[in-house]
Amino acid sequence: MLKVEEQTPVVFSSELLAKFDDVKSRYPEGKHKSALLPLLHLVQAEYLWVSTSAMDKVAEYLNIQPIEVYEVATFYTMYFLKPQGKYALEVCRTGPCCLVGAEKILSHLENKLGVKEGEVTADGLFSFRGVECLAACGFGPVLQISPEYTFYENLTEASVDKLIEDLKNKS
Amino acid sequence: MSRKLLLEHINVPGINTLEVYRQKGGYRAVEKALKTLTPEEIVEEVKKSGLRGRGGAGFPTGMKWSFLAKPEGVARYLVCNADESEPGTFKDRYLMTYIPHALIEGMIVSSFALGAKVSYIYVRGEMMPQIRILEKAIAEAKAAGWLGKNILGTGYDLELYVQPGGGAYICGEETALLESLEGKRGNPRIKPPFPAIAGLYGCPTVVNNVESIAAVVPIINDGGDEYAKIGIGRSTGTKLISASGNLVKPGVYEIELGLPVEEFIYSDEYCGGIANGKRLKATVAGGSSVPILPANLTLKYANGEPRLMSYESLSEGGFATGTMMGSGGFIAFDEDQCIVRNTWNFSRFYHHESCGQCSPCREGTGWMEKVLHKIEHGHGSMEDVDLLWDIQRKIEGNTICPLGDAAAWPVASAIRHFRDEFEWHIKEPVKSQSQNYGIANYATPIEKAPVTEEK
Repeated sequence: MLKVEEQTPVVFSSELLAKFDDVKSRYPEGKHKSALLPLLHLVQAEYLWVSTSAMDKVAEYLNIQPIEVYEVATFYTMYFLKPQGKYALEVCRTGPCCLVGAEKILSHLENKLGVKEGEVTADGLFSFRGVECLAACGFGPVLQISPEYTFYENLTEASVDKLIEDLKNKS
Repeated sequence: MSRKLLLEHINVPGINTLEVYRQKGGYRAVEKALKTLTPEEIVEEVKKSGLRGRGGAGFPTGMKWSFLAKPEGVARYLVCNADESEPGTFKDRYLMTYIPHALIEGMIVSSFALGAKVSYIYVRGEMMPQIRILEKAIAEAKAAGWLGKNILGTGYDLELYVQPGGGAYICGEETALLESLEGKRGNPRIKPPFPAIAGLYGCPTVVNNVESIAAVVPIINDGGDEYAKIGIGRSTGTKLISASGNLVKPGVYEIELGLPVEEFIYSDEYCGGIANGKRLKATVAGGSSVPILPANLTLKYANGEPRLMSYESLSEGGFATGTMMGSGGFIAFDEDQCIVRNTWNFSRFYHHESCGQCSPCREGTGWMEKVLHKIEHGHGSMEDVDLLWDIQRKIEGNTICPLGDAAAWPVASAIRHFRDEFEWHIKEPVKSQSQNYGIANYATPIEKAPVTEEK
């Protein structure tokens, strides 16, 4: 659920705005609203989530109403409407992955990280959630990590442990 | 060995680069099409090939192209549907990851055939790595003059862009995809008008699956007639099958249509049998939306004849004893898998992915999920099975887009073929929490129908 409340205003960097311009140039004259989904991805890659202030800025940039951005950001599941861990782990929980043990991976993550689905660890590094089919069913169980959306396939409890250690050491 | 048209060079090191792709004969189809063929001739070759849409519906691609309206002075668009999200399907991701130029080459030829000057590849947002791969490949192709202004000096201009989605299964439906590409929620449109008349920005548009577009390349290289020689009956050519579940070798396989299902599952050339020495209990042959079949009906028709991997053969027997080719997402369930749990899982998926526009789907998918959750967790009653049947009947055919049908069919087929297992969950609420119903008689060979002698 989106909470349209007072949030710290954001200022987009000139690098980000240059990326916006590049995306906008892909569509015919007057059809720049098409840039909305890619722009929200760019915002999320920068801030790790999409705040309403950021959405308002995107609306301003595309010269559309804020509600046109809110309705899109809340419809699509990829946009985080609240802050996540630096590494947001998304585990596929749909049929084929469950046939090969995805549910075990999800409960293992919960134990390992000590937080429930959707919560962020105290150090701010990790959050996780179950997501629907990631189109990698033959290599399950799988998880992806935003904002890069790198994929990890054929997961085991041991490989998940190693992944988390590696990410901890990296940051 | 089966003939490979799309994945022939998949194991060549560096095939994802333009240089190696060219060495292996890549972009020949673009040269041939732009220099020696007219757009009409290309459409004709695709029609002759008998190619059917590889995204799920199986509609003839050439016919779809011929419906495209061509009013003077109005832009036309080709949009590639790379929003692969059907549970069990991962062939497009595979193709785009390892051989991205095959898609780009197909896009150039197809765009030329349709008269599109700007084309988009709509990739599901989760596939950011594939988006990066495609963008790099497009830049390579453009630098080498395969895209942009005046391609090969023929006067044909084409810009190709990759558009990320936002994580919504519904955007695989072509009109929802177009809404999404226009920067809106992915609510499917009421048809007519069909996209061929009013699609992207209200202009005539063709939306094709990744695999369909990639298949245009061998069709142009070898000719539609040659392509049509492969396969069986109206199922021509090769098809990418995504194999998942409890198989020895899950993965993406290119098969000649008409391969026996039994060979696909058990032969070492393909899936290599059921993992861990277990027995096959059931399959979903074409992605989660198509009816689930018990092992015996997967391998053979009700009359005992072998079932083949083709559009016609998989649907032999209708929904009573058959299924569908769908998108080619082949999911195998071993003897220890619980059909009730899987049906609940799929229902949750459709509930999660329903766009909420039509009441039967919005309300019905959630209701089915709840009832199935109840049965799976040992709180069901016998009436619940009938209730489920009733709900799915009321969703099917009563929605704007096929997501309603897609949500109804897995539930209907699970009850049709595995009713015993649902009833066992209800009668044994405690036991069913720690045990599985097992393979039961689902793999028992079907007896051949007695031959009646003609009088």
